[in-house]
Amino acid sequence: MAERPAPRPLGSAGVSPASGQDARATGIRIEGLRKRYGSGDTAVDALKGVDMAVAPGEVVGLIGPSGSGKSTLLKCLGAIIEPSAGRMTLGTQTIYEDGWRIPDLRALRRDKIGFVFQAPYLIPFLDVTDNVALLPMLAGRPNAEARQRAHELLGALDVAHRAAAMPSQLSGGEQQRVAIARALINRPPVILADEPTAPLDSQRALAVIGILNRMAQQYQTAIIVVTHDEKIIPTFRRIYQIRDGRTHEEAGEGRALD
Amino acid sequence: MISLAGRDILHAWGKFVFTGVGLGLLIGVTLSMAGIYRGMVDDAEVLLDNSGADLWVVQKDTLGPYAESSSLYDDLYRGILTLPGVERAANVTYLTMQVGSGERERRAMVVGVVPGGPGEPGQPDTLVAGRHITRGHYEAVADLMTGFRVGERVRIRRNLYTVVGLTRRTVSSGGDPMVFVPLKDAQEAQFLKDNDAIVHQRRRTEANPALNRPGVPGVLEAVLASQSVNPAVNAVLVRLSPGADPDRVAADIRRWKRLQVYTRAEMQEILQAKLIATSARQIGMFLVILAVVSAAIVAFIIYTLTLGKIREIAVLKLIGTRNRTIAGMILQQALGLGLIGFVVGKTAATFWAPIFPKYVLLLPGDAARGFVIVMVICALASLLAIRAALRVDPAEAIGG
Repeated sequence: MAERPAPRPLGSAGVSPASGQDARATGIRIEGLRKRYGSGDTAVDALKGVDMAVAPGEVVGLIGPSGSGKSTLLKCLGAIIEPSAGRMTLGTQTIYEDGWRIPDLRALRRDKIGFVFQAPYLIPFLDVTDNVALLPMLAGRPNAEARQRAHELLGALDVAHRAAAMPSQLSGGEQQRVAIARALINRPPVILADEPTAPLDSQRALAVIGILNRMAQQYQTAIIVVTHDEKIIPTFRRIYQIRDGRTHEEAGEGRALD
Repeated sequence: MISLAGRDILHAWGKFVFTGVGLGLLIGVTLSMAGIYRGMVDDAEVLLDNSGADLWVVQKDTLGPYAESSSLYDDLYRGILTLPGVERAANVTYLTMQVGSGERERRAMVVGVVPGGPGEPGQPDTLVAGRHITRGHYEAVADLMTGFRVGERVRIRRNLYTVVGLTRRTVSSGGDPMVFVPLKDAQEAQFLKDNDAIVHQRRRTEANPALNRPGVPGVLEAVLASQSVNPAVNAVLVRLSPGADPDRVAADIRRWKRLQVYTRAEMQEILQAKLIATSARQIGMFLVILAVVSAAIVAFIIYTLTLGKIREIAVLKLIGTRNRTIAGMILQQALGLGLIGFVVGKTAATFWAPIFPKYVLLLPGDAARGFVIVMVICALASLLAIRAALRVDPAEAIGG
């Protein structure tokens, strides 16, 4: 296993370095999370008390039928929409408890949460290196330092040879690996992956899940993978099934990946 | 810090350059319109400079000789010459007409001047070729813009004139080049009737018993003789003695000669406020419309480009990019487009200005003002796109 990376400097999300390290030590925990859309007679409860915990270095699957609340949960976890009630903890840092506890959600997303989307959504006018290095560069870190980190990650994901290519010149699998590198660049304690294998064939889909597992181990990152993909579900050791706004934890097959 | 706008422009440079060229041509038209206005003002200035006059004496209650017609007796200049402070005074006529040479014709302002040399009011100050008019008849000095050459024979009304000299930048307030001819010829050209009209006039005069009294033949001959000459000029141009006060001399002429007199400042005001004011307003309207159209085009282009990047913007917002970074990217793109447009427009205007039939004066100050206005318009035009980008929900990057 790769050496654990050094702790990150203080982000601007209001999370101290100590709590950031704690976040890495204990991953993400959700207790009784609720989300209600609308009010009165037209109110819809999308989440009715979700409980979830993911440890550092662990990759869990989040599955469920359409309309079950997967996307709502992902948006709450990603600090994109505000839950109605409950508690979310990143390490020992409570980020939500009946209201956000973090003043700058944008910085929280930038520094503490990584995102991998169904489509890679790389910035088409930046080359691979700058797509990955964009976040730290936008945060004001020196370009050379950000690009150095990007190169390291691209090397770890076996796409270093495409560092100077534009996104349009990459295959689907390469694009997704670059997107994973982008999610990892700030070494966030949590990565949220929304159907990351949907556009890929079986072989590439399994390769991407393999990479996510490897990165989770290497960077001690908790990864939540939202998926419908039957090909990859057997690879998870733990699965959260979401039905009617509630999660049910199940043991997965944990099938070994080549 | 990485420049997202710069990278986007470099990535899609063809789109930006072609859009910039289109916008640039519009900006070029705008700069040219401003140049046309400046040219008109400059033409008016040049007209006054070339007249060599300090005072313009014209018919009473008129704004002549440029803004209104004016008619004076051609012997009035003698009395004006006697007034204190007057160094020189010369008659002048102005008439805009077609001047022909062979098959081609050119619209020109024919100026009747007293033959002499440089220094006489009304005479062209310097020549670029040939000599001044020295003979009393049928010689002409033409502006280069007419296209005439020294030695060429040109036709004004019924008579042919030999071009003996060429001058430069002697134009009317309307931008027509000048052709200088001897005063007597110009008076004839302005007031000469055709043969049929002369015959009819003589018949009418003969039929008038008051002018054709039986037994007094001398009266009819005297009347007919007076009808065949033209003693009128349009103005008397006055050059003052060194140190003379223009207002005081003008007041003396008004008082003793009972004529209208304009100083240089007053004539400038007449030309700018009355003669070219309507054209200036017309051009001003065009400038406003072109500015609005340019703004609309930039706004539309930037808005369309932004809408094409909605998903990328959602991703940028989701992964923590600040709103000001996204707004800055759009603003920089709009300004970049404006910069490309301005460079193209200024270059195009510089190249096509000499082709215009009228004088187009492109002043560096106007270009600088134009650049600032283009940048402001682009910044304002980007607001719509910035608003759209800032309203993008980061959740759009996530399915469901």
